[in-house]
Amino acid sequence: MGLKDFLLRPKFFVYLGIFILLMFMPKVLPIYHLMLFESGITFAIMALGFNLLLRDTGLLSFGHGALFAVGAYAVGMMGEYFPELYRIEILIPVALLASFVVSTIFGFICVRHTRVFFSILALAVSMVIYALLVKLYDITGGSDGIHIELPMMFGKSYEGVKRFEFLSGAYYYVLICVFAASTIIMLGIVNSPFGKALQSIRDNEVRAEMIGIRIRRYRLYAFILSGLFTGLGGAMWSFVNGHVTPEIAEWVFSGEIVYMTLLGGFMVFEGPIIGAILFTYLKLYAVSFTQYWMFLIGATLIILVLLLPEGIAGGFVKLVTKMRRTPSTGVS
Amino acid sequence: MLKVRELIKDFGKVRIINSAAFEVNVDEIISLVGPNGAGKTTLVNLISGHILPSSGRIEFLGHDITFTSPYRRIKMGVARNFQITNLFADSSVLDNVRICLFSVYGKIKKGFLPANHYGAITQEAVDILDMFGISDKKDLLPPSLSEGDKKILDTSMAFALKSKFLLLDEPTSGVATGDKFKVMDTIISAVKKEKMACMIIEHDMDIVADYTDRVLVLAEGQIIADGRPKEIMEQDNVKEILFGVTT
Repeated sequence: MGLKDFLLRPKFFVYLGIFILLMFMPKVLPIYHLMLFESGITFAIMALGFNLLLRDTGLLSFGHGALFAVGAYAVGMMGEYFPELYRIEILIPVALLASFVVSTIFGFICVRHTRVFFSILALAVSMVIYALLVKLYDITGGSDGIHIELPMMFGKSYEGVKRFEFLSGAYYYVLICVFAASTIIMLGIVNSPFGKALQSIRDNEVRAEMIGIRIRRYRLYAFILSGLFTGLGGAMWSFVNGHVTPEIAEWVFSGEIVYMTLLGGFMVFEGPIIGAILFTYLKLYAVSFTQYWMFLIGATLIILVLLLPEGIAGGFVKLVTKMRRTPSTGVS
Repeated sequence: MLKVRELIKDFGKVRIINSAAFEVNVDEIISLVGPNGAGKTTLVNLISGHILPSSGRIEFLGHDITFTSPYRRIKMGVARNFQITNLFADSSVLDNVRICLFSVYGKIKKGFLPANHYGAITQEAVDILDMFGISDKKDLLPPSLSEGDKKILDTSMAFALKSKFLLLDEPTSGVATGDKFKVMDTIISAVKKEKMACMIIEHDMDIVADYTDRVLVLAEGQIIADGRPKEIMEQDNVKEILFGVTT
């Protein structure tokens, strides 16, 4: 009943329209922009996971870069040590398994606390991953990172194919399908009874406990789910980038994840998606515009917080509600 | 069904509950009265597991629940409301009740289908709101409700947990005086219909006399009187503590 209602809502048709539009992107965008767009999409998958913690569970993680790195390095290490299994059908589950294991351990440590204590703990454990990736030179390639070969996809080998051909061809459609599936699954999660339980913990943990929700356990579930999406984003990103380095596990990148989500607007479900794609372009243009690009990014963040605290999507929603209300009632 | 034995709770050096002991029988509706600071809310917090006692014993249906987690107690059938309303501020009124039902029916692990898909549970949540007379406000957010409606919502959430023993901490405080009896009628008839036992903290002696079978009087952490409302209110020590009348 509820599912049918959802499928008939106008929002669903907007989603469908966007999905069809995305299918035509490789025909429209030049290859350089397409690759950027693809890395934006992988960030979007990650930001969806990140926002399950921030928006629905009320936990701000400053360590999601490490979970992203786990997904990306899972792909890289599979290529190094099990080249015969280097197929995308195997790599994605392996990346998910790796991020499941790591986020279970991290979650177990971090969800004992909330608010800023959670954020700092998440930051601390993420730097452990960073240190391991840099120091275990023999296994992880140290600060040089690992080169990512093109994987086999559904039995087809892409050996000798140029990366941009791979990215503008079959891989793009795989990526879009993974992205669409992630969005639908996440939309399901946040509206489900499980999602409602998370939101009730966010709103009032005392009462949540008193209606029979085991709050720590549910925070852990949220952390693990969030980690899975983040790891998936990392795995998909590694093929786009072609190289993984420990920088993605560092706190700077974790901070960028927070930035993307704020840019898009974390209180709106679609906000982080918009934020992630926009951020990719924003960063690129800032870098090519001036060597003081970090200053530019910082300045936009200040402007954002002061003028658009709800982010772009949040501001848009506010505008639409305002416009809808004014003509119908005349007042207020 | 509930047995409290020699219960003691210290906050630092202050003894709030001083070897309180009482029993609650099946299907019984009792009230707990006492002056401010007597420890009424602390007693509710101890029985519901919100805080743990310093010593003593609480038994529920023959099981020792003195130090059990709130989660286990709720599964066993102990539910409570809050004197100072404790709601999910960013979820609709309907969702506030519905999450309780999801919790009761073990559906909070279901993570894919939207909550609206569970039509029977949604309908039951609406029915509960309807019973308490606030179903017309189901799509509002709790902060936009009046103080009285917040209180009613808080109680209906505790009621939705389908407990065997319901602890109600001042369910009518904040409710407009004219509505108090209406709210109590609703609560008591609902409680009787579900055959719950119920302990109500109340200051209004008319409500105590009209709605409850038995009164416990708590003063300085001890149960000083236990009996039928009419008889209790004639006792001299109770008069002195509750009404300040000295004879």
